[in-house]
Amino acid sequence: MKWSEMFTSSVGKKWVMALTGLFLIIFLIVHAGINACIWANDGGTMFNKAAHFMGSTVLIRIAEIGLFLGIFLHIIQGYMLELQNRSKRKQGYAVPMGNKGSKWYSRSMALLGTILLMFFILHWWHFWVPARFIGHEELTEININGVHMHNMYNLMQFTFSELWVVLVYVFACFSLCWHLVHGFQSAFRTVGVSNSKYLTLIKNVGIGYSVIISLAFAMMPVSMYLGWV
Amino acid sequence: MEHYSMNLTLKVWRQKNKDSKGAFETYPVKNISSEMSFLEMIDVLNEELIREGKDPIAFDHDCREGICGMCSMYINGRPHGPWQQNTTCQLHMRAYKDGDTIVIEPWRANAFPVLKDLVVDRSSFDRIIQAGGYISVNTGSAVDANAVPVEKDNADAAFAAAACIGCGACVAACKNSSALLFVSAKVSHLALLPQGGPERKSRAMNMVAQMDKEGFGSCTNTGACEAVCPKGISIENIARLNREYMMAGAGSDK
Repeated sequence: MKWSEMFTSSVGKKWVMALTGLFLIIFLIVHAGINACIWANDGGTMFNKAAHFMGSTVLIRIAEIGLFLGIFLHIIQGYMLELQNRSKRKQGYAVPMGNKGSKWYSRSMALLGTILLMFFILHWWHFWVPARFIGHEELTEININGVHMHNMYNLMQFTFSELWVVLVYVFACFSLCWHLVHGFQSAFRTVGVSNSKYLTLIKNVGIGYSVIISLAFAMMPVSMYLGWV
Repeated sequence: MEHYSMNLTLKVWRQKNKDSKGAFETYPVKNISSEMSFLEMIDVLNEELIREGKDPIAFDHDCREGICGMCSMYINGRPHGPWQQNTTCQLHMRAYKDGDTIVIEPWRANAFPVLKDLVVDRSSFDRIIQAGGYISVNTGSAVDANAVPVEKDNADAAFAAAACIGCGACVAACKNSSALLFVSAKVSHLALLPQGGPERKSRAMNMVAQMDKEGFGSCTNTGACEAVCPKGISIENIARLNREYMMAGAGSDK
């Protein structure tokens, strides 16, 4: 098999989707873990320290490049697959099959992914772009134990003081949950896990993971808007 | 169950040939027995059409006992009709009641072009089999049937995969028109047996390459294929094929 077949053969393309998907699944655990520091109830000190560590550590900055490569590969390959798959049936059915045999979210990965992509653009504009490049008037400097760093906690509180932003984030987390419920177990199937004892375990762990991760992310803007932290 | 008769309305896809544009035609059918099979009901309608001097509805069928894989109708939004693990020929009219409307369409996929009415060209499946769905056996005296030991679990799993009759319902049901349930059943059947060992790698690579060439889509694990498969082929076979393909591909020199 040539390397190019990872991107040209039908099964190779699925492997790329699955491997990048699993990578992003691991990333989400790190992201949720760091952000959960806002619930330390210490005025954001622990969160700011964690965010500063992520932003100032060379290895993590290198990993960030890998993260963006992974995200864009997943997005581009996903759209290519969707377009190619749609073109395989020029004439459709008069009576669609609907939910007879498959779940709506398993057939809607591209739609859910598109919602997530639109959310990411907003999300990067809210936090990543100000922190890396252009700054923000609410992104103040703070001194913790003699170390100067961005007060990301302050920017978060400012961003999540608007109701529409909170609602958009919660809706995105809802989409994320359904995207993950299918994606988690589908990725393992694609990389060849065919033993039924593992598939049952993976399916249940996948549902648990999807709900916990999405709920954790959704509760962050909600907690800030309602003044719980 | 007690016998009853019914009157039905059929909406059937009619298409003169491969190149013409088809359309639905509506036919009322009367006095259909609940004990008839679905294809016998079409036979009754066709006899009437012939008596009226009209062109009968063309449809594929052969054994009419659920083992050959020839029949292929997409009935009310489901390949092979409403029953689980069932072929169209084994669907019986007791599944319907008086006054029902039944919409009958051919399999839809670019790789399965409509030849006439409900008949589609499934020779793409034959070419996938020709690409690797076989084992090469040297001529000579026959090997004793029990000379090669096979583990019972593997034999059972291979047998379950070999139950695939190649009807194409998996393609018809898949939103991506993917043939992966069919291909994975054929690959699994041989990969699980010692006789399939020598050509194991080239088989997985060649059959997937031919499947792509024929214009089938990629699998996205929705499970629709498994739900409509008349032989209950499991999508665990697809996961096995994914592994076979990558092991063969990653382990090759080129």
